[in-house]
Amino acid sequence: MTTTLEEAPPRRPLTMTAPRLPGWAPVLVGVLAVCGSGLLALLAGWGAVAVFALAVLGFLVALPLWSLAVEGQRSATDRLMTSLVWTASGVAVVPLAWLVLTVVRHGLPEVNASFLTFDMRNVVGDQQGGIYHAIIGTLLVTLAAAAISVPIGLFCAIYLVEYGKGKRLARWVTFLVDVMTGIPSIVAGLFALALFVLLFGPEIRLGFGGSVALSLLMVPIVVRSTEEMLRLVPDDLREASYALGVPKWRTIVKVVLPTSLGGIITGVMLATARVIGETAPLLVVAGKTDSVNVNLFGERMTTLPVYIYYQFTQPGTVPFDAPPGTEAPGIARAWGAALVLIAIVMALNLVARLVGRIFAPGTNQKKG
Amino acid sequence: MARSIDVSDLDIYYGDFLAVQGVNLTVRARSVTAFIGPSGCGKSTMLRSLNRMHEVIPGARVEGKVMVDGQSLYDPSIDPVAVRRQIGMVFQRPNPFPTMSIYDNVLAGNRLNSRRMKKAEADDVVERSLRRANLWAEVKDRLGRPGMGLSGGQQQRLCIARAIAVEPQVLLMDEPCSALDPISTSAIEDLIHELKADYTIVIVTHNMQQAARVSDDTGFFNLKAAGQPGHLVEFNATRKMFSNPDNAATEAYISGRFG
Amino acid sequence: MTTTTEAEPQPRPATGRGDRVFQGLATAAGITILAALAAVFVFLAIEGVPGIGKPASSYRPLESFWPYVGRLLFGTVLAALVALVIAAPFALGIALFISHYAPRALAVPVAYVVDLLAAVPSVVFGLWGARVLGPHLVPVHAWLDEHAGWLPFFAGPGSVTGKTVLTAGTVLAIMILPIITAICREVFVQAPRLDEEAALALGATRWEMVRLSVFPYARSGIVSAVMLGLGRALGETMAVAMVLSASPVYTLNLISSTNPATIASNIASSFQEATPDKLAVLIATGLVLFVFTFAVNFAARAVVARSEQRLRR
Repeated sequence: MTTTLEEAPPRRPLTMTAPRLPGWAPVLVGVLAVCGSGLLALLAGWGAVAVFALAVLGFLVALPLWSLAVEGQRSATDRLMTSLVWTASGVAVVPLAWLVLTVVRHGLPEVNASFLTFDMRNVVGDQQGGIYHAIIGTLLVTLAAAAISVPIGLFCAIYLVEYGKGKRLARWVTFLVDVMTGIPSIVAGLFALALFVLLFGPEIRLGFGGSVALSLLMVPIVVRSTEEMLRLVPDDLREASYALGVPKWRTIVKVVLPTSLGGIITGVMLATARVIGETAPLLVVAGKTDSVNVNLFGERMTTLPVYIYYQFTQPGTVPFDAPPGTEAPGIARAWGAALVLIAIVMALNLVARLVGRIFAPGTNQKKG
Repeated sequence: MARSIDVSDLDIYYGDFLAVQGVNLTVRARSVTAFIGPSGCGKSTMLRSLNRMHEVIPGARVEGKVMVDGQSLYDPSIDPVAVRRQIGMVFQRPNPFPTMSIYDNVLAGNRLNSRRMKKAEADDVVERSLRRANLWAEVKDRLGRPGMGLSGGQQQRLCIARAIAVEPQVLLMDEPCSALDPISTSAIEDLIHELKADYTIVIVTHNMQQAARVSDDTGFFNLKAAGQPGHLVEFNATRKMFSNPDNAATEAYISGRFG
Repeated sequence: MTTTTEAEPQPRPATGRGDRVFQGLATAAGITILAALAAVFVFLAIEGVPGIGKPASSYRPLESFWPYVGRLLFGTVLAALVALVIAAPFALGIALFISHYAPRALAVPVAYVVDLLAAVPSVVFGLWGARVLGPHLVPVHAWLDEHAGWLPFFAGPGSVTGKTVLTAGTVLAIMILPIITAICREVFVQAPRLDEEAALALGATRWEMVRLSVFPYARSGIVSAVMLGLGRALGETMAVAMVLSASPVYTLNLISSTNPATIASNIASSFQEATPDKLAVLIATGLVLFVFTFAVNFAARAVVARSEQRLRR
């Protein structure tokens, strides 16, 4: 850049141009990295994963080095960190995609009308068995857990937001609810087991015990999400209601709760989705059975996750005349059940998000 | 140590939204240039396009030319990071780094540029910058204390010290006094007067008296209508602007008939 | 109950009967939470404490409780730490990506994908880890054995089934990734815009901006996020139970087929054949796990609470 300077020469030159890599530099390095590692892989006979890993590594080394040579250390660091951050996010997508694809690929051939409507009673070897009893068990146990958790969670959140402000008890409850979210699920199961064993003797196993264990895991989630939603309700609304002479409890029931209803439902559904996949507590306290049981308060009750676990641990043997590569019948059933379970969980999540979006509190009242 | 800035036919976009349209002006070296106008007219956006800070917002871009001493600011060879080192900025609300001491705040920019700095040299930079910012006398005994412990006006002067510690050529100020009380404001205005001996200063202000007090040239920005892009109505010497403006809209605004 | 609120402006004294009943219900629900936590501890103690002094046969192949639970606790911590070492850098990277690096069109889907990861049931992770990931990691085991065997962690011999602590740790890492990412993302987003601009205006590169004005705010948030992830990993049962083939040993070796079990996985896999004595022992180990995770979570939440107070100031 040559320009005529009218004013006196400055004390320090104006350096706004730093040597920079061209905009296509990352692309070039990327292409080179892929080609280079591909070539190496051809020579050494590696698989696609190795090629990919090597290409990423090559990119992570080459681009910062080039930048260091041209742009200096600060830009090189910046480029390295940017590449790392992008890489981390790219890699994060891999497990979910891999897992979902695997489950669909192995599970889909299993899932049919018989699979969904048969139970496992008297099923031997690769006879048609099903998950009907497990679906029933899952629904009953989870519904019962929700029936316990929602009232407690809802009232607890109301206490924290509407009554507890500044009280020591409320501070403790808030803190312990947070701690409770971290209780290992198996501990919740053992707790329920210990409780019912103490009440009814050592051999007791029942679906309701599973519900108690699950609600221990569910309550803190419901409290947290409900609390958040209640806090979003603007105080103006409450005050407007008080000003009309409405008592506090009616204000909560008629004004506060309806305003945040959508968010509360979303929170409850997400909490349900979270506990519906729990295995460990049910394994411990609800036990396992091969037939349908609709009585929460008596006898063992199988749920879908427990079903998957037992099919996995006791898969049976592959029939000797089956084509090579056939999976043991139990494993195949486990994949099928896993697909159904994931579908239920994802559906719950999706509906929850939809509900949340439909009922989203109007942003117009939040802005002052 | 000071630079002139030529802006020609500058359009500034946020995504598809044209925020500022067709600006032509020249900021003289070693002078104070003020941008005034009603809120939302794009004067802060304009200011931020002078050191490529508006790019921080995703989707923001410009068309047109900004020449700093003959170099085009938006040339592909220009490094925006280097630009910001040369063209310092002071923000609406004082924003010292909350986890740093006063001393470290002043040195924050220098530490980025050169990894190693001798203690004596660093002390020197801190003292010089704080003296330039008229803050030295007030904080010299507590340089190790956090910058957030100062009063608002002191914090803002600390931010000015931080900006001039890297020895920029131009200083951009985005309503630097809008969060301050009158006494702190007048301290900052005095400081601006002193700084213009060495720096080219561009200041955005809501306060027309302030523009009249501190600036040599003034640009008046306005919206043609709500939803329309902002544009530069008039750019003139401050004295002329406030006594006998060329444009009727300017006169209306300055005499308080709107805005 | 109603007398302690003189500081708070009440619309009017809560004297109506409806009000008193409603407030009573709400307070009772709050107290239920405290009671439930206490009950967990009490009932586990009642059923579990006898498990500490059972006949030696209950602790096979060991002879008394403390060595038994010691090996399990060791395995628990080892697997959780492996998970943390893998997950934490990724979680930080993804959180930064979502909060500061990604174009908006990418940030939302990536955040969604990570959230979905949290929705996958642990038993499905276990199935996938044991049947798919493990076998795929066998070459990695062999490679580590060959090239990093001088480290005690990779002393080998590399497992040929992939049923190792390394595989279990990888599955755990995937499982705790969402919680660490979510919390980090939240604290990164809260870093004040004004500070970020201050850094940029001084001529900081993006990474320098993050270091200068995002990390100082986020430090305690990151610490607690990592600790909460640790808590999750410590208590996770199914994935570990399905992936590991366990034996009661102390070993740092991550890639051999001789692995320590974790407390949770040991309960799940020994439970079915447990005698009443053994059951008491298992519950006692559960009590140990509860106390341990409680301590970790308690510490993590305390860090958060303290930093929240500091930032509010």
